[in-house]
Amino acid sequence: MDEAIKMKAENVNFFYGKTQALKDVSLDIHAHSVTAIIGPSGCGKSTFIRLLNRMNDLIPHAQLIGRVYLDCQDVFSHAADPVELRRRVGMVFQKPNPFPKSIFENIAYGLHVNNIKDKDFVETRVIESLKKAALWEEVRHRLHESALKLSGGQQQRLCIARCLAVSPEVILFDEPCASLDPISTAKIEELILELKKEYTIVIVTHNMQQAARVADYTAFFLLGELIEFNKTQELFTAPKDKRTEAYITGRFG
Amino acid sequence: MERHFDEELADLKKDLLDMGYLVERAIGNSVEALRTLNSQKAQKVIIEDKVIDECELHIDERSLDLLALRQPMAVDLRFIAMTMKITTDLERMADLAVDIAQRVLELQGAPLLKPLVDIPKLAVLAQDMVRGALDAFVKGDVNLAKKLILRDTEADALRNAVQSELINDYIVKDSSTTSRAVPLLLIARHLERICDHATNIAEDVIYMVEAKVVKHHPEKLKHNT
Repeated sequence: MDEAIKMKAENVNFFYGKTQALKDVSLDIHAHSVTAIIGPSGCGKSTFIRLLNRMNDLIPHAQLIGRVYLDCQDVFSHAADPVELRRRVGMVFQKPNPFPKSIFENIAYGLHVNNIKDKDFVETRVIESLKKAALWEEVRHRLHESALKLSGGQQQRLCIARCLAVSPEVILFDEPCASLDPISTAKIEELILELKKEYTIVIVTHNMQQAARVADYTAFFLLGELIEFNKTQELFTAPKDKRTEAYITGRFG
Repeated sequence: MERHFDEELADLKKDLLDMGYLVERAIGNSVEALRTLNSQKAQKVIIEDKVIDECELHIDERSLDLLALRQPMAVDLRFIAMTMKITTDLERMADLAVDIAQRVLELQGAPLLKPLVDIPKLAVLAQDMVRGALDAFVKGDVNLAKKLILRDTEADALRNAVQSELINDYIVKDSSTTSRAVPLLLIARHLERICDHATNIAEDVIYMVEAKVVKHHPEKLKHNT
């Protein structure tokens, strides 16, 4: 596998019972870049992103055929540890989901779960993560207040900080700005552009302008198929497939 | 799915075609003024240029509005971006028609230096190319656009022929002909520039339709012509 390819999906087919949600999807996720996944509802984009850190494992009657690699290692092999995988491949969801704990405890949670007890280390890591998530200045004087008191945009950045605290390599964003106002959205987008220097990022978004703004590569899914995958500026100025063009120009349906 | 945006794009296209029609007419009138050395017709070209300038401003403003309000992608984006470039070329063509008209005014009061042979040919070519470029734009006809681009060398050859004849056979031999030769030299130059702008439009049409950049890459034209 090319060194610049951080994750790779190879001929991935995914079924919910008899319903096929992904059809023979092969896609390379480039390291230190942002890959956006766009497509209408039900096209398989969330199913796809959830496969990348095995979030679909516990869905009854779900079946995967095909392979997903992280740094050349098959993430679904028997030897692979899903907990370790989810540490390396973190996820931020559509709705911010802070724990009903303090801001500090939210960030430190992943470290405690991983049995890290060194107080100084934990504190340093919490501060570092909040800084990287561009939230530090807003919360530095109230680290021990409940995270639920934060605004929606702040909660989402808290979730990003929580994800960063366990030193992931890849961060998956599943419509991270769907419930945020434009200013909070802009902050998250700025943050994504900053984070890609250190991490590899995959983002599912319904907002095509958002994909255009933040992504280096964009993948267009339709009815479970990967229709087109290209550099973002090419996909949005000169899409090769008529279906991509119809979708991004709003002529769909 | 029908989009309201499609109506706005159709309106923009119509505005551009209206402007194209005015520019084509200005060039036709300037050529006619030259052929008949008619100063009234030349004056008309100069006066009517204001309308074309207004068209350019109007189309640019509408295009910017659509970019800002609709945030178009793919073919829509290429259409609007190329519309803005094409208006610039059209406006410059109209200015060149004005330049020709001004040369016609300069030629008043003295007989023509010689019967015009290559200049009328160049004028016909320029008008053909302008009409062809607008046709290619309306129909999204890439093949027509490619043919036009290849004709640009004809314009260069005719301009060179006019130039060497006027310089070698007139100006060099008898410098007293200079004041009557220079306007003709310039007219050939103006007509050739009109062909260049028509070529630009043809290149923009290819980008608009196929998202392929052929500008400054003539080798790309050789495929699929």
